[in-house]
Amino acid sequence: MNDTARKILAPTIFIVAILGFWEWAVWYNDLPDFRMASPSDLIPRYVQFWDLFLVKSWETLWRTVVGLGLAVVVGTLIGMVMGFSQFAREGLYPILVGFNAIPKATVVPIVALMFVGQHDFNTILIAFMISFFPVAVSVSIGLSTLEPEYRDILRSLGASNFTIFWKIALPKTLPEFFGALKVAVTLAFIGTNLMEIVSPHGRGLGDLFDSGRISADYPLMFAVLFALAALGILLFYVVVFLERIFAGWAERSPG
Amino acid sequence: MQTDPSHYMIELREVSHAYKTKAGPLPVLDNLSIKIPENSFCAVVGPSGCGKSTLTRLVSGLMKPNEGQVWLHNKLVTSPRPTVGMAFQNPVLLEWRTILQNILLPLEIVKSPMSRAEAVERAHHLLDLVGLTGFAEKRPSELSGGMRQRASLCRSIIHKPDVLILDEPFGALDAFTREDLWCTMHDLREEEPFTCLLITHDLRESVFLADQVVVMSGRPAHAQYVLDVDIPGKRTLDDLYAPKAVEMLATLRHQIQVAQGRTEADAPAAPPPKPARSQPVPGAMQ
Repeated sequence: MNDTARKILAPTIFIVAILGFWEWAVWYNDLPDFRMASPSDLIPRYVQFWDLFLVKSWETLWRTVVGLGLAVVVGTLIGMVMGFSQFAREGLYPILVGFNAIPKATVVPIVALMFVGQHDFNTILIAFMISFFPVAVSVSIGLSTLEPEYRDILRSLGASNFTIFWKIALPKTLPEFFGALKVAVTLAFIGTNLMEIVSPHGRGLGDLFDSGRISADYPLMFAVLFALAALGILLFYVVVFLERIFAGWAERSPG
Repeated sequence: MQTDPSHYMIELREVSHAYKTKAGPLPVLDNLSIKIPENSFCAVVGPSGCGKSTLTRLVSGLMKPNEGQVWLHNKLVTSPRPTVGMAFQNPVLLEWRTILQNILLPLEIVKSPMSRAEAVERAHHLLDLVGLTGFAEKRPSELSGGMRQRASLCRSIIHKPDVLILDEPFGALDAFTREDLWCTMHDLREEEPFTCLLITHDLRESVFLADQVVVMSGRPAHAQYVLDVDIPGKRTLDDLYAPKAVEMLATLRHQIQVAQGRTEADAPAAPPPKPARSQPVPGAMQ
C-alpha cells in the first residue's frame, strides 16, 4: 500500500467501523430517539436544519477565530515580555498559572453580567481567555532558552535587540509557537461554546445545541457535536498548513 | 594609563575583569596584555576556566573590562564593531535558512559596498574554498558537524572583517576533520589576509595555525608566556612532527602545567624552552 492510499484509507476504515458499532449498539439495545441517537438519525437533522447549521457554524467559527487571533497577539506579547525579562517572568508566572487554573465556566456568568448584551464581545473574550495561556508559555520558553551564541553572532556585528528578535529569536520560536497554537485552537472552541451554552443568547452552534437539549432532541445535539468537530478539524488543519509554510524547516525527513 | 593609539591590530592593555557572583566578585583576568600585529595569527591557550572565552567577549566588544583597555584597529573598543567576524565551538547556523542564506546573514546587519550579486558570488567562492561546493541550497540539518563548522567559518568572514575571533571552533570535531579544517584556515588566510585571535585547548592546533601562542596563567589570568612560532613558508601537517615543532609543543605543555600549578616555573622542562626564540612576558613569571 502506498503512502497516500494509507493516509486516506486508514482513517476512513476506523471512522466507518466506529459509526457502524454505534449504529449497531443503538439498534441492538432498541433505544428510542429521546434516549440515544444513532448516526443514521443525524442525517435528517442536517437536511431539515441545513440553513441553521450554516448560519450558526459561521457565528461560532468567526468568533472563535477572532478570539484565537487575540490570544495569539496578546499571548505572544506576554510571552515576549516574560521571555526577555527574568523579572517579568518571575512576577507574571504565578498570576498566569492561577488565572489559567480558574475553570472558565465560572467566568462566563461574570463576563455576561459585566458586559450585558455584548454577546459577540463576551464570546470572543472567553475564547481568548481560555486559549492565550499555551501561546504565552511557549513563546516565553522559546525566547528564554535561546542559546547565547545565537544572540552573540548578531550582537558582535552591532545588531539591535529588535533585529536579533526579528531575525533569530522569532523564527527559532516558531515550532514551539505552532505546537501551542494547535492546543489553543481546540481550547478556543471550548471557550466559544461555553459562552453560547452557559449564557444563551441565540447565537452559534451552542444555541442550536441548547434547543436540542430543551426538546430532548438527541439527534440534533449529536448533529451539533459533529458540526463542532468538523469546524475544529478545519481550523486545526489551517494551523498545520501555516506551520508547514512558516516552520516547515523544523520537520526532519524520516530516516 | 597610556591613552595613545595602539600600533597593533589588536591590543589588550593591562586588562582586568571580574564577574559578580553571589559569593562576591570572581576575578577572571588580571593585568592581561596581548599584542597582535596586523594580519598575524595569535592563539591563546590555557587551563580550562582561565577566562579565554571572556577574552573573546572583550575583544569583540560584547563586554567591557573592569579595568584596562582593548584596542582594535587603532580604536578603543567600547561596543561591538562590524569589522569583526566571530565563530564559536557551536556553529550556530540558523536551521530555517539555507547554507547560502546563513553565510549572507552578517551582510544583513553590516553595511557593505558589495552588491547582492557580488555577495552571493563571494559566498559561493568561500564555499568552494572550504570544500562545500554545491551545498549552498542545503539546510544546516543536512550537513555533518564538520561541514556546519566550515559554513560557520564562511559566515564569519563574508563581510571581509579585518579581525576574526575564533572561540574553539574546532573543539567538537573529530581529529581528522579538525586537521582538515586547520589546512582550510591556512588556505583562507592565503586567499585574503586577516588578523586572527584563536582560543583553543589544542596545543598542536595552536602551533600549526598561529604566529604567536599566548599561554594564559590560571585564574585570574595574565599572559604567562608568549611563544613565537617561526615555521616559515606554507605549513603542512608534517611540520608538526619536525623536531622544532616537537620542541615548541614540549615548551607549551610545560607552561600549561605551570599555569595549572602542577610544576614550578623554573623547574626544567624537557626539553627546556629556548629563550632565544621565545620570550617570556616581562613581569609575568615570578
